[in-house]
Amino acid sequence: MIKRKELDEGLDQLNKMLQEMGDHVESALAKSMHALMTVDAKEAAEIIKQDPELNRLEEKITELGSKLIATQQPVAKDLRRILVAFRISGDLERMGDLSVDIAKVVMRLEGQTLIKPLIDLPRMSEIVQTMIFESIQSYVQENVDLAYKMAKDDDEVDALYSGIIRELFSLMVGDPKTINQSMLLSFVGRYIERIADHATNIGESVAYLVTGKRPDLNA
Amino acid sequence: MKQIMEIDRLNLHYGEFHALKEMKLDIPERTITAFIGPSGCGKSTFLRTLNRMNDLVPGVRIDGSVKLDGQDIYGADTEVETLRKRVGMVFQQPNPFPKSIFDNVAYGPRLHGIRDKARLNEIVERSLRGASLWEEVKDLLNKSALSLSGGQQQRLCIARALAVEPDVLLMDEATSALDPLSTLKIEELVRELKQDYTIVMVTHNMHQAARVSDRTVFFLNGELVEADETEKLFSTPVDARTEDYITGRFG
Repeated sequence: MIKRKELDEGLDQLNKMLQEMGDHVESALAKSMHALMTVDAKEAAEIIKQDPELNRLEEKITELGSKLIATQQPVAKDLRRILVAFRISGDLERMGDLSVDIAKVVMRLEGQTLIKPLIDLPRMSEIVQTMIFESIQSYVQENVDLAYKMAKDDDEVDALYSGIIRELFSLMVGDPKTINQSMLLSFVGRYIERIADHATNIGESVAYLVTGKRPDLNA
Repeated sequence: MKQIMEIDRLNLHYGEFHALKEMKLDIPERTITAFIGPSGCGKSTFLRTLNRMNDLVPGVRIDGSVKLDGQDIYGADTEVETLRKRVGMVFQQPNPFPKSIFDNVAYGPRLHGIRDKARLNEIVERSLRGASLWEEVKDLLNKSALSLSGGQQQRLCIARALAVEPDVLLMDEATSALDPLSTLKIEELVRELKQDYTIVMVTHNMHQAARVSDRTVFFLNGELVEADETEKLFSTPVDARTEDYITGRFG
């Protein structure tokens, strides 16, 4: 018979580490956007320095999940919970990397003045930060409705991203001197958009955890 | 797929105690069906109704129908001896007769009137091969069956059951008294046997059910809670009680 206590404690531990990763990613994105708006290379460097912590948590989740599978033979939802922890931690780790990519853009912008006031990028980032928070909440509460609601916000993120690209493109056409910065800012838009995609992946994992079926929320 | 056994509205009472309640189950031919559930849930009792092993239990009352190839095994025209030839059984403790290995396997065929030595030789070899025991005992056929290890004895009991060419083989916790390696051998054997036989097994080891069977049936308090493909039952069971049991929340 399964030693339920050890399994339950392990699953709790996985939950906690995923929440910790989620908090970390949410704040890494917020900080990297703040660093971008203020072109603060020091803050950017700090974000890059903290990223290995996320990788370490992802590794710990892989280790603990593997140990639980090997020693506790989980089935049904218990097994899905572990499989989903692997996936979500992978998504969160990539989200962390993308936040680091934004910080690296800030490093390259060091000493420059922004070619335009940033409005849509911070808006995009705010929506995505909420998505990150809600994706983790939907996991913790096993709330599929919240996962679907969160995934819907991705449409708005995609719309904002298209608008940003169009705007930056016309800037570049009007003044070739803005090309370098416009490219970097469009990368930032791309990174935020990718983070949102990973958040919807988390929503899919939550639906799979609860229902046993995997929907496609990115469609 | 053909259903070799069809059980419908089967109820079993021990005196006042309602041990099996309104059981309904189809068992497809040449598959492995595993029965799981906590102690006292009725899984072994149910298994025993499939070849009328409960008939002699005092105070037992059985109603409903159990059909083998469309014929009710509790019907007036069914002979228990013929039924048990078609539905063989292997028990938890290996129970070879205190006779030679050869005589153990030849026991059933002899009982059914086969006397020809060459024919018996052929049946014994085929049955022992079928039970993956031939290579280990082919030079020891006249030795006492009791000189074999527990795992070998259990495979001998399987060979003995196969010797009368049954259609269905019932296994009542047939590996629970064996060490892990012997258990693994029997599990592999069972998977091979399903090419020719229909196997119904009761197991206390859920993971054995998950590893070996095609279909799994979960019993609780004399009720048949859920029957489904094993893969489905262990990944996304429909009934919350099934999920609670297979994830170890009770039982």
